[in-house]
Amino acid sequence: MAHTEWRDAPELPDFSLLKRLARDQLIFLLEQLPGKKDLFIDADLMSPLDRIANVTILKQHEVDKLYKVELKPIVSSSDQLCFLIRPRIQTVKWISDLVNADKVAGRFRRYKIIFTPQKFYACETVLEEQGVYGDVTTDEWNFYILPLDDDILSLELPEFFRDNFLEGDQRWVTTAGSALHLLQSVYGSFSKVYGIGRCAKMVYESWRELMEEGEQRTRQPEFAKVFLVDRDVDFVTPLCSQVVYEGLVDDLFRIKCGTVELGPDVTSSDKSIKVMLNSQDKVFSEIRNEHFSNVFGFLSQKAKNLQTAYDKRRGMDIQQMKAFVSDELKGLKQEHRLLSLHIGASESMMKKKTKQDFQELLKTEHSLLEGFEIRECITYIEEHINRQVSMIDSLRLLCLLSITENGLLSKDYRSLKAQYLQSYGIKHLLTFANLRQLGLLEEQQAGETLTVMESKVGKLVNDKTVGKLTDAFSSLAKKSNFRALSKRLALVPKSGEEYDLRVPRDMAYVFSGAYIPLSCKLIEQVLERDGWTGLEEVTRMLNGQEFAVTARNKTDAQRIVLVMFLGGCTFSEISALRFLGKERDAYYVKQIEYMVNIKLSI
Amino acid sequence: MAFVTANWNPLGDAFYRKIELYEMGWNLKDGLRDCLVAAAPYGGPIGEFCFITLLRKIVSEYSFWKSGVVKQLGWTVSDDLLCVQEDGTVLVYDLLGGFKRHFSMGNEVSQSQVLETKIFHSPYGTGVAILTGALRFTLATNIDDIKLRRLPEVPGLQGAPSCWAVLTQDRQSKVLVANGSHLFVLDNTACTPVTPPGLSPQASSIVHMCVSFSYKYLALLTDSGHVWMGTSNLKEKLSEVDTKIKAPPKQMAWCRRPKSQQPSAVVMWDGLLLVVGECKETIQYHLDDDSILVPELDGVRIISGTHHELLQEVPGACEEIFKIASMAPGALLLEAHKEYEKESQKADEYLREIKEQSLLSEAVRQCVEAAGHEHEPETQKTLLRAASFGKCFLSNFPPEQFVSMCRDLRVLNAVRDYTVGIPLSHTQFKQMTIQVLIDRLVYRKLYPLAIEVCRYLKTPEYQGVSRVLKYWACYKVCVCVYLFTPLKKKNYILIIFVQPYCMPSCMLVYTVVMYLKNELNRGDFFMMLRNQPVALSLYKQFCKHQEQDTLKDLFNQDDDHEELGNFYVKASYKEQRLEARIAHLQSAVDEYYKAKNEFSAKTTEDEMRLLRFQRKLEEEKGEQLVGFSLHDTMTTLLSVGLHKHAEQLYKDFRVPDKRFWWLRLKALAEKEDWEELEKFSKSKKSPIGYLPFVEVCIKHHNKYEARKYVSKVTLEQKVKAHLAVGDVEGAAEAAIERRNESEIGTVLSRCSATTDHLLVERLNRAKATVAKK
Repeated sequence: MAHTEWRDAPELPDFSLLKRLARDQLIFLLEQLPGKKDLFIDADLMSPLDRIANVTILKQHEVDKLYKVELKPIVSSSDQLCFLIRPRIQTVKWISDLVNADKVAGRFRRYKIIFTPQKFYACETVLEEQGVYGDVTTDEWNFYILPLDDDILSLELPEFFRDNFLEGDQRWVTTAGSALHLLQSVYGSFSKVYGIGRCAKMVYESWRELMEEGEQRTRQPEFAKVFLVDRDVDFVTPLCSQVVYEGLVDDLFRIKCGTVELGPDVTSSDKSIKVMLNSQDKVFSEIRNEHFSNVFGFLSQKAKNLQTAYDKRRGMDIQQMKAFVSDELKGLKQEHRLLSLHIGASESMMKKKTKQDFQELLKTEHSLLEGFEIRECITYIEEHINRQVSMIDSLRLLCLLSITENGLLSKDYRSLKAQYLQSYGIKHLLTFANLRQLGLLEEQQAGETLTVMESKVGKLVNDKTVGKLTDAFSSLAKKSNFRALSKRLALVPKSGEEYDLRVPRDMAYVFSGAYIPLSCKLIEQVLERDGWTGLEEVTRMLNGQEFAVTARNKTDAQRIVLVMFLGGCTFSEISALRFLGKERDAYYVKQIEYMVNIKLSI
Repeated sequence: MAFVTANWNPLGDAFYRKIELYEMGWNLKDGLRDCLVAAAPYGGPIGEFCFITLLRKIVSEYSFWKSGVVKQLGWTVSDDLLCVQEDGTVLVYDLLGGFKRHFSMGNEVSQSQVLETKIFHSPYGTGVAILTGALRFTLATNIDDIKLRRLPEVPGLQGAPSCWAVLTQDRQSKVLVANGSHLFVLDNTACTPVTPPGLSPQASSIVHMCVSFSYKYLALLTDSGHVWMGTSNLKEKLSEVDTKIKAPPKQMAWCRRPKSQQPSAVVMWDGLLLVVGECKETIQYHLDDDSILVPELDGVRIISGTHHELLQEVPGACEEIFKIASMAPGALLLEAHKEYEKESQKADEYLREIKEQSLLSEAVRQCVEAAGHEHEPETQKTLLRAASFGKCFLSNFPPEQFVSMCRDLRVLNAVRDYTVGIPLSHTQFKQMTIQVLIDRLVYRKLYPLAIEVCRYLKTPEYQGVSRVLKYWACYKVCVCVYLFTPLKKKNYILIIFVQPYCMPSCMLVYTVVMYLKNELNRGDFFMMLRNQPVALSLYKQFCKHQEQDTLKDLFNQDDDHEELGNFYVKASYKEQRLEARIAHLQSAVDEYYKAKNEFSAKTTEDEMRLLRFQRKLEEEKGEQLVGFSLHDTMTTLLSVGLHKHAEQLYKDFRVPDKRFWWLRLKALAEKEDWEELEKFSKSKKSPIGYLPFVEVCIKHHNKYEARKYVSKVTLEQKVKAHLAVGDVEGAAEAAIERRNESEIGTVLSRCSATTDHLLVERLNRAKATVAKK
């Protein structure tokens, strides 16, 4: 990663500590159930668990067989069953059914449920209602944070976004609060906390409560500041197609828990390979933040270098050859392997992404962001839907249109929705209902009349009052205000200027120079101003709920900033923040709920 | 069985035994050193106090304790922990460490500070006695009904008394104080000097004293090492024994079972435990660890960092049966049963022997009683089997004793389990009664076990099961106890709901919601939820997985027809049968109309029509169609050549022309039916233009066909079309004609400098002229 290159880079905290803590606790919990046991693991805990404790470690602690929780009857001959699950009602119900089935069959087993990261009362209620509360023992594994990389921490909670923003279920808030508390107790306290969004505020509250309860430890803090941001503050960014290498890999192959599975077409063999993507991968760490148009050139250069390195062995004598083989060859081989993987990946990327379709998709996105040629964009989206190009992409475009335009005109909304349903079936009525609830895809209703009124009133009074009125109206209509925000924060660079993607000059490079991610811009601005002063108008447009708290007066040289996205973040944002970090000579660590690209369906 | 007597030690006429109850699982680094330890009688809480003592250890080290130095710990009769502080404040904690309340022992105490404290139990409850810094005693007999009594001064008391104890006599709590060799009894009114009869004259001072569990007996230890035992009214001396140890002991306790002939006390020094009785000999036990003694009704419990043991006089019945070479009827019966199991004829001999003395009923009784006193379930079983065997030869032996003993033992074994941790002996159990035992299980929140015990012992409903359930329900509600104010139910609900943020309240909301769900009727419950968005969303979440129908009711109550509609649509996807699906969709349509959402209603109606259509076709043509979207249905129809039907859908469902053209185009190209495609292109003016025709042909690698459509493409798209078929010249032509700089650029990028030399030149020239303008 780039940070090793700058002399003054602050040292990153050692996050492996978190892993060790989690592992020790897990082992402790497993030992509470002595003897051989079968372990059932929630599917989405598999890969995080693998990062914490691999199969060998589990076997050492008398785990006999490992199963994935599939919500089906089980085949296990063990007398002790241990379940490692997220606190989900569905899973708990399944376990209750198992226990009850065993009871009917007259079979005696011991059951232990380990909830992670915490127990929920609802789950225990289910156990109680199903009459198995006394038959199982429950425990908590406080595994909050998984370090995915040197500078990325994740809570690995894929349902956070849905639960919190769609269902209005705030149970994960405490989890996030506890995660922060954990970080603070391990790495020292933060000097300043900023945040924006309702959820952010609640997370802070819950964290503060924990802080008040626990004792304060005075140790050299490793983080300076923390920034909490709700995903719904900035929906635009995750709706845009990603063009940074890492983002593209995610879009195409889906990065899960820092690992990507590359199919046979990429690996040019007959099986797929799982690859860890992090800064340990030398090749990847150099290209992850690059715009994909640069990646290919870079890779071919690298390939040439590699060849030269291999070629060195020509004309070597035996002694040198021996040294070469023992010292360098292994590294080169490794690099070779990685390089060929990434070349494979970027080839298939090129195949898919340089096609006409993709170019036009990008073009449409850019014009939506700039607010030009909206009619053409709508026509394009319609065609996109009619041709069934991609279910998700069509939806993405629709949402982007709605957000940037403050909702769709009624006529457009209905026709596009009808088209979409014809293409993909009526079940998407629910999808649309969900999207409306989230404010991602809306029909202009009150807004329309307001605009009419605005223009009428506007004729009667002078300009200054109009401005005020507009503000009042917009706050009334709870619009996304993207256009105004974009102007104020200069999110969209002036069009027409050439943007050299090789030498990025601002964070816009992550979207081919067309747009600076709103979330990242906010972070930049707030950190620059050390607070929200001067951004009042912006925060009003974002529906307020901002806060800045000074926890410790002592300001020290630590420049590491922790950014926590509540509800997930995209790789583009991570790249943008890395860029920002380089510029500002500070370091950002991101903590995220889960990597998401907006994906919503029933 | 031979081993039963292995841990017996004779003392005078009686035997004493030490039984290990538990191995201690706590993790105390230095054992019990530096800890204040308290344990309650009747196998009282021990697991829990470790938490408290540890806490205190930390407390004293870090001076974290908010209120002050804790002088003494003790348990109340209702299993609460009392912490007496230096200033006389007494804090009351519940079994799980939760703070309950506090009270003060008066001004005098807080001024002169607490010197020593004793916590005692009497028929009136739990009492606290305090010796203040001013060498005066203050005493409260019942902490639940505090009446402080200040006792008279002790004459000639210069420093702290050498020892003291609390006595309960004549329905009054008194304090017995020793100052050197002088002994005084303090009651409410007076300080009376007393002399123990026959106290050995060598003694110059009384260093330790203890009162028996029943307050009937008193033991004194003098500095000469003599233990004096007598009645607590100091009228009678029972015995005096020389321990030959002059060091002051750590603790002394009575170890006497009811109805025993022999008084006995246990004295503990560092590493040594001595049992003294009537005779000159003593029993000595070696102690590895710092221990404490907990006097019980029928023995002494010894708790150390690693072990928890019971020391008691061997009960009569056990002694009779197990004493080596015993010829008691019980012993013979046991022997008879053993032989019987071995199928030996000796069984008959033994039995005859008992019967001849007509002592068989006595033998059965002994076996049953002895079983009650044994801790090992195996021994219990053997004895009970023997009893049952003997019973067969008795015609009119009353069964109650045997039956109730079996039941009692079942319960006792259950509560003695280490997970429960109440090492109750049978004598104690009988003394303490089943009600108290159930209370104690309830205090420990062992509701299921308590209920099982009630059911098993057939306790009357109102005393047993329903009482436990009541406690349990209270506990469930009182999880939110810190917000609980004894207002009306509705009010406290409000208190909880007022706080929308943060976890504890989130948990609370859930708790309350779940509780109210069962408590209120549906209507009220939903009405209440309506005003509580947080609670509502939590409840919805719960219903989604547990009670789908409730969710429906919830929406119904709110007249949320939109959501109901969505609910039915979702339900329709879970149905396999078509009729059911359509029925659900019909309900959805109704709801959407009620919600005035015509769009959704119409769409849903369309879906129903589509489903019917799909089924009809499926039946007729055998194509898999049901469940496809309109688009997919048409694609399928076109691909299998059912153009008519596709056409029908196109009309029926008002499919936009554009979509239909796309569909046709794709389908034809898919089949490579170029002739039909051409016909189609000429059927009327294409609503999607002709560029897609070109592109689709290229996609299927048919340049020849593609060229046919290039001419039809609109001017704006000409360049693209030409390029698509690889006709660079044509593209250049078009671009130059349109004088469009960016298009010229696009074409230029496609030219290769070597082959299209002329063309490049032309384009550049054109570009230059366009740029000039």
